Amino acid sequence: MNVPTVGVLALQGAFREHLNIFDSLGVNTRGVRTSADLAGLDALAIPGGESTTMSRLAADLGVLEPVADVVRSGLPTLGTCAGMIMLADEVIDGRSDQQSFGGLQIAVRRNAFGRQSESFEAQVSMPVLGEPAFPGVFIRAPWVEQASESVEVWGQVERPEGSRIVAVRQGPVVATAFHPELADDDRVHRKFLSLI
Amino acid sequence: MSQDSANPVTGTDRVKRGMAEMLKGGVIMDVVTPEQARIAEDAGACAVMALERVPADIRAEGGVSRMSDPDMIDEIVATVSIPVMAKVRIGHFVEAQILQSLGVDYIDESEVLTPADYANHIDKWQFTVPFVCGATNLGEALRRINEGAAMIRSKGEAGTGDVSNATTHMRKIRGEIAQLSALSPDELYVAAKEIQAPYDLVAEVAREGRLPVVLFTAGGIATPADAAMMMQLGADGVFVGSGIFKSGDPARRAHAVVQATTHYDNPDVLAKVSRGLGEAMVGINVDELPVDHRLAERGW
Repeated sequence: MNVPTVGVLALQGAFREHLNIFDSLGVNTRGVRTSADLAGLDALAIPGGESTTMSRLAADLGVLEPVADVVRSGLPTLGTCAGMIMLADEVIDGRSDQQSFGGLQIAVRRNAFGRQSESFEAQVSMPVLGEPAFPGVFIRAPWVEQASESVEVWGQVERPEGSRIVAVRQGPVVATAFHPELADDDRVHRKFLSLI
Repeated sequence: MSQDSANPVTGTDRVKRGMAEMLKGGVIMDVVTPEQARIAEDAGACAVMALERVPADIRAEGGVSRMSDPDMIDEIVATVSIPVMAKVRIGHFVEAQILQSLGVDYIDESEVLTPADYANHIDKWQFTVPFVCGATNLGEALRRINEGAAMIRSKGEAGTGDVSNATTHMRKIRGEIAQLSALSPDELYVAAKEIQAPYDLVAEVAREGRLPVVLFTAGGIATPADAAMMMQLGADGVFVGSGIFKSGDPARRAHAVVQATTHYDNPDVLAKVSRGLGEAMVGINVDELPVDHRLAERGW
């Protein structure tokens, strides 16, 4: 099989970290800024960053629709933190004019765990990755408030008020509320590549 | 890191430094009112810096410059959904305690305000909120990181609209990193002594060829071209202070600087976004400022 090419949306945020991890896993990588950069990709990742900034830049560049199209057409796509927000069909507590790619039938709540002082590290139980639990880095992170029946819950984190959904998969689309690109653990990326 | 997921850990190095990673490729804008904060967010700023006066006004009005009124910070926090930063005086750990209690997302221990301690900076390890600090060279950057700073910005000369010092400081920091990388391990002990930085951090920088935290740039950036140049010189992102809201058309200029920071290596886009921005801030040549009026000299 040919070596797959993974694009990472490179408008703003921690895109270099995703590129580094994919590089280390032996696939071809490409930063994506324009719709032309989407051609011939086998998978796409949308990194952490500021979702309002990414949304504005994506609209300016005219990549909102092209990215939404490739996600809808079944391109394996990974979204982390802001990337999860950009892939969600519904955003709670976002700006009223915030545009996203959509494609995942979930409702996410932005900054759900609180402001930066509440940002935290915690073990995320992800049976799909086996043991041990995944080291989750949560930075002004969202959580999944609702998910349609066709969405698989891949990861949850225990909070004082109960457990929260922080990783999901629907078909070829995977999203995490935390930052696997900041953890010294590449299992989320490897699992994602196995969907190609 | 805790193994017990029911007891998450806040304020770790990874979440403090990671927060800055999420700002990369973005523009952080000084704002003095909720309306300006809204304009900044609309333009695509990745964060705002809430303060009472932009550096150009601090410079013009003189007097002691301090942390902003909590009411004003609260209003800005309530207005925007992007991260909100705020400034404290160098060494003023109680101003920092107050800002942490207000829930700001990042604290800038800043030479733009009047220093509160001419010997010591804040012990930033004592806080769960992360800090950004200014630096004019590598030794200063590593001293701040040793005190717990989770992000560094090159200082430049704030409130001038003159980008020359930002250029000097960014080139200096990058150049010193390159020099360290070229040294053999037994030379790093003396190098650490010379730049007055802890050996462990010096060895880490020499090994990795980069700072262990995100490096933004600040001080005098007034145009999209200024922002793009600093990115080409190796900045991870840009702070713009007086340059936006002291210009003729802030909303348009803010949006142009955001685009220029993303497309810093694409002159066609830079040409397009540089058009029709109205008047830039008037500016002051740093050369004409008496040395004791230069803010970058503050910090030790």
